[in-house]
Amino acid sequence: MGIEQRLQGFDFIATRAEFFINWARKWSLFQYPFVTACCGMEFMSTMCSHFDLARFGAEFPRFTPRQADFLVVVGTISHKQAPIIRRVYEQMCAPKWVIAFGVCACTGGFYDNYATVQGVDKVIPVDVYIPGCPPRPEMVFDGFMMLQDKIQKEKLDEHCAEKKYRLLP
Amino acid sequence: MSKELLQKVLERFPEAVEESHSLHGDETVRIKPERWLAVFSFLRDHLEFDHWIDLTAVDYLGREQGLPRYEVVVHLRRMKDGGRIRVKARLSEGGPAIDSLTSLYKGAAWMERECHEMYGIVFKGNADLRPLLLYPEFKGYPLRKDYPIDKRQPRIPLLGSEERRFPKPADETAHGHDPAFSREKKQ
Repeated sequence: MGIEQRLQGFDFIATRAEFFINWARKWSLFQYPFVTACCGMEFMSTMCSHFDLARFGAEFPRFTPRQADFLVVVGTISHKQAPIIRRVYEQMCAPKWVIAFGVCACTGGFYDNYATVQGVDKVIPVDVYIPGCPPRPEMVFDGFMMLQDKIQKEKLDEHCAEKKYRLLP
Repeated sequence: MSKELLQKVLERFPEAVEESHSLHGDETVRIKPERWLAVFSFLRDHLEFDHWIDLTAVDYLGREQGLPRYEVVVHLRRMKDGGRIRVKARLSEGGPAIDSLTSLYKGAAWMERECHEMYGIVFKGNADLRPLLLYPEFKGYPLRKDYPIDKRQPRIPLLGSEERRFPKPADETAHGHDPAFSREKKQ
């Protein structure tokens, strides 16, 4: 059941560069988990063999942002941490995407107080929001598949331009 | 055990104890802040309270006239029989300060640091009162009841506004209590 059988004797295939590159990108996402809170437990179960994010080609956590394609913000972000997560994001190479995992990362959750950033999108741009306290692994997969769809639909020049990544001073 | 314990403290410091009670093994003494260190060194050295549990403070904003605003609360335990005691002291508004207990209990150091950053209570004799959980740029004391409930102090410019997601009731008072939701009004 290799790719040879699928090709059935054809030696070459024709496709669009954009489609092909996006297809390759969406099935080999290296992640950088930025785990700060209890959602981390649910993130672990998503990663492990009961649910297994590896089926989507994203099983490889890189523990440096410079080798990662997408950032998973798992848990509450406090104002004390905000400069750190922005720095982590700035160190990632383009193309890069961000998933806000859990309601605290999406909106601050019920922590509406002096310490908590009201959603990580106040600090870095976010592509997919996965609410829940914590979200079930099925929800995480749903969000992850949404990110894959989004990547598939991207234009090639989207990541070349500075517009997407330019942050406030 | 319990009444005896309070009795010993009362006998040793008749002038310092302002109030005491004992209920279901829950011993509490409220003492004058000036005798803070003396009472704790008696508790440690003569009554064998060798386990430091906790130090925190309470802000009674808008308390009855004449009563001090803050209260520092310490819990101690002794290992030999598991007996516990709670010691309190009242501190008035405007630069609340009390002696540090770091000379008696090393574990007090970080709890006093936290209490200092959250309530602005100064512990005289604690050499290291830098912020513990908050960042150095933070202004004010967030657990005081007059700290505005929706005040934010971001360290970096944010991408969007951090306004409160729920509209503020028009008659909300300064310390976050909303009379519209009080029990009296509902009836």
